[in-house]
Amino acid sequence: MANVINIVQAVNQALENEMENDPTIVVYGEDVGLEGGVFRATAGLQKKFGKDRVFDSPLAESAIVGTAVGMAINGLKPVVELQFMGFSYPAFNQIISHVARMRNRSRGRYTLPMVIRAPYGGGIRALEHHSESTEALYAHIPGLKVIIPSTPYDAKGLLIAAIRDPDPVLFLEPKRIYRAFKQEVPENAYELPIGKAKIVEEGEDVTIITWGAMVRDVQKASQMVKEKGIHPEIIDLRTISPMDRETFVESVKKTGRAIVVHEAPKSFGPGAEVISVINEKAFLYLEAPPTRVTGFDTTFPLPRGEKHYIPSPERIAKTIEDLVKY
Amino acid sequence: MRFEGVKPIGESHFRILDIDGKIIDEDKLPNLTDDQLLYLYRTMLFSRTIDEKALSYQRQGRMLTYAPNLGQEATQVGSAYAMEKEDWLVPAFRELGAWLVRGVPLKNIYLYWYGNEWGSHMPEGVKVLPVSVPIGSQFQHAAGIGIANNIKGEKNVVVTYIGDGGTSHGDFHEAINFAAVFNAPVIFIIQNNQYAISTKRDIQTKSETLAQKAIAYGIPGILVDGNDIFAMYTATKEAIDRARNGGGPTLIEAYTYRLGAHTTSDDPTLYRDEKEVEEWKEKDPILRFKRYLLNRNLITEEWEENLKKELEEEVVSTFEAIENKSDTEIEDIFKYHFEKMPPQLEEQLREYKEFLEGGK
Repeated sequence: MANVINIVQAVNQALENEMENDPTIVVYGEDVGLEGGVFRATAGLQKKFGKDRVFDSPLAESAIVGTAVGMAINGLKPVVELQFMGFSYPAFNQIISHVARMRNRSRGRYTLPMVIRAPYGGGIRALEHHSESTEALYAHIPGLKVIIPSTPYDAKGLLIAAIRDPDPVLFLEPKRIYRAFKQEVPENAYELPIGKAKIVEEGEDVTIITWGAMVRDVQKASQMVKEKGIHPEIIDLRTISPMDRETFVESVKKTGRAIVVHEAPKSFGPGAEVISVINEKAFLYLEAPPTRVTGFDTTFPLPRGEKHYIPSPERIAKTIEDLVKY
Repeated sequence: MRFEGVKPIGESHFRILDIDGKIIDEDKLPNLTDDQLLYLYRTMLFSRTIDEKALSYQRQGRMLTYAPNLGQEATQVGSAYAMEKEDWLVPAFRELGAWLVRGVPLKNIYLYWYGNEWGSHMPEGVKVLPVSVPIGSQFQHAAGIGIANNIKGEKNVVVTYIGDGGTSHGDFHEAINFAAVFNAPVIFIIQNNQYAISTKRDIQTKSETLAQKAIAYGIPGILVDGNDIFAMYTATKEAIDRARNGGGPTLIEAYTYRLGAHTTSDDPTLYRDEKEVEEWKEKDPILRFKRYLLNRNLITEEWEENLKKELEEEVVSTFEAIENKSDTEIEDIFKYHFEKMPPQLEEQLREYKEFLEGGK
């Protein structure tokens, strides 16, 4: 039977496959054991692997990450869950001060093969603090890798790569599309390269660089502008840090135009980094100033306002048209 | 249990050696050979010599910011000496005596304070984590190492340190709570040296003692005279033995005093009076231990003078071996963030080297 699964099932399967392969992997966090996580990403794992390897922890994000540092130093491979990205900030000190630094601080004596998983992004009509896209905060930290998949296939392959990586990885899961669609995915473990973007759609008129749940909105926008004869090239960055610069720089050299689409606030966002790289490496190929379609520099609104915040396919399509006409 | 009856609340400190070097209770005296006693004394003196020389180098402009341990030698040496070879030490940053006992070479220690990351590259087999500057954060690493021991079924234990100021931190609470819930073999030692830079202990907490916080976590807690080498060794040893046998974590408050500054950037005359310092100098842990050893005719003044000379020579030669020879290699700044450098870092390194070579 074909293995047709959604993103949350892909995360679950990646964990299951790897835990079978590697007895040093432990999975813990708030509600991840008995309940299988609030999104069920770890459902069934405690039953299969036992309470020593999959367990509920006290409700304390800083200690979830901080103890993972100790476990990784002591030979285990922790894959911890932070229930929502909006609750990752109590752990920020551990992440920026220790997780990202231990290898460098000790000149390679202590390394941290560990993964921090967190659902991120808006669009699920959630309470305050449940809709954040603050990947830029983490991508700015030297020594930390940040991955955001957008499909079940990528989620599984990238999570397995993150678990096998010898260094710490923050793995952000776009919860808006956790169950949005299914895809056929290999049943066994496989790895996708970290730091490698994917060309989702080929085109010649404009390059759109995006990631996470926004990939599908960009695809919808692309359908809209195609009817007007504009053919965007869509690039799913997949890894925010270290970013695959080559793929989008080559694309922009071809199209001469670039738009970054992200859910995160506009100022100082990841889009600014992408555009800086384009300016440094493809300036003479540009036919229009690179631009951004993003969330606003505001707090993510409560559910009655969230449709205004997340860039809509219409807003993206309008920007594409404007840029092509520039 | 030697510390039976000593409660974490109240004035009663666990104490074996009084300030005149007399044994208060022979039954509680740990069984240590003469060689072991001399090793402990030598290590405490070594720690003090390292501090004094570092402070002198710093004043001469030859050393950078330095955090001295003066007055806390018994707390550190006594507790670390209770550990076995396979046990883990998770320090904050004022644990010189513990580092020496656990086999961290002086060269590493000086290299760290001299400003080179290679100081934190512990030799193989030395299970000591690097200095952790963000207050309290190391407690969580200790809890994690301990929980991992339980998962792996290993018998080694973890000893970790924090200051009195660190007990106000959320990390202090979270780490002890995790260790307690998972019954992790971790000994949490508070070096209560009475000051967090300039802030007095009673501004950190309204708790009568720091040790009593153990009660809330459901683990044993003990208030120990941190300037008593025998009490520190004994309390830690019993906590370690219990942890190794599945008894879980212990919280130890070592009641001591920082005779020096917080770091060389600090001026303690601004926040404490000389009289208080003088009183604590009477309780100096090295002096107290020396009186005991003299009473037992295990050492003489002459022996000590020779030892001090020998230790000073070692300290001087170690410092001179790194002085002006320890500048960071440019590649090292880039090389250790990941197992393999990402293209961004390779590019930044290449561009910087090109700049240095004349802007090709």
